[in-house]
Amino acid sequence: MLDTDFFRRWMAATAAVVAREADRLTELDAAIGDADHGSNMRRGFAAVNDVLEKEPPATPGAVLTLAGRHLISTVGGASGPLYGTLLRRTGKALGDAPEVTGEQLAEALGAGVSAVAQLGGAQAGDKTMLDALLPAVEVLGNSFEEARDAALAGALATVPLRARKGRASYLGERSIGHQDPGAASAALLVGALTEATEPGAGGSA
Amino acid sequence: MSEEKQVGIVLVSHSGPVAEAVAELARGLAAGGATAPVAAAGGTSAGGLGTSTELIAEAARTVDRGVGIALLVDLGSAVLTVKSMLAEGGELPDGARLVDAPFVEGAVAALVTASAGGDLETVEAAATDAYGYRKA
Repeated sequence: MLDTDFFRRWMAATAAVVAREADRLTELDAAIGDADHGSNMRRGFAAVNDVLEKEPPATPGAVLTLAGRHLISTVGGASGPLYGTLLRRTGKALGDAPEVTGEQLAEALGAGVSAVAQLGGAQAGDKTMLDALLPAVEVLGNSFEEARDAALAGALATVPLRARKGRASYLGERSIGHQDPGAASAALLVGALTEATEPGAGGSA
Repeated sequence: MSEEKQVGIVLVSHSGPVAEAVAELARGLAAGGATAPVAAAGGTSAGGLGTSTELIAEAARTVDRGVGIALLVDLGSAVLTVKSMLAEGGELPDGARLVDAPFVEGAVAALVTASAGGDLETVEAAATDAYGYRKA
């Protein structure tokens, strides 16, 4: 079972890996976007960590809805409402349960991913974060490791795609040959699940 | 037509100066004295490019007269942030609505219509209608 602490560790591990990889995310974004994805994500998840420590929520669902709300208000770029919606809808789908199963998390994250697709109007193959999240959700019920690998593979598979959403879509053919920064950060979020399973991972839980 | 309570207009841009300038332009073109309330919410709270939920929520409170608020948006995060605020509920006053319209032309049409006492549906229709004006 996954308890409230697991979800706080997930957010802490995400904040840590996003901070470590911020420069790489910004470099990816500099190629086809506006070169702020790494710093935006680092600021957003640092704020999430702060608020989770100051006002520790009582349930897994509350951890994710609080995290989502803070991402929307602190990120400033389009990834704020997108990641905010992802976590908030996932949190809402988890409800008030004090503990959830991996399958329940997989189902809830699926609802979160659908909400992201609806908000951004994107679908698989548009060279967005969905290209990492959709394959990850498919196998999340099996294991976090499988989900991590699927998300990474999905992010790498965005390299030959042509962007159809966001600023990168204005580049047309020139967006081909670059990994989508949103897919790269989505793979970090999914990968952080594997670190959250061991108590103490990611620091501040 | 009651002129007392007018629809409020909020202009949400990726850039603070763009939002302010479009608000100024709309006020100037609506002209002829007092206009309906209009507020700009552009850029991040720190003054950079991006979108701020705080600035949007504050602008919406400022223009809220209780008869509806039309939010016009420009690019990327401006669109997504307003959509996600409306989906969440509680962050914007009741009657706040995202209006699908070209930013500059829609802002002028919305403010002129709101200043003439149009209700939220009429303001929205006028702003959206601005898409229909072909330039070439």
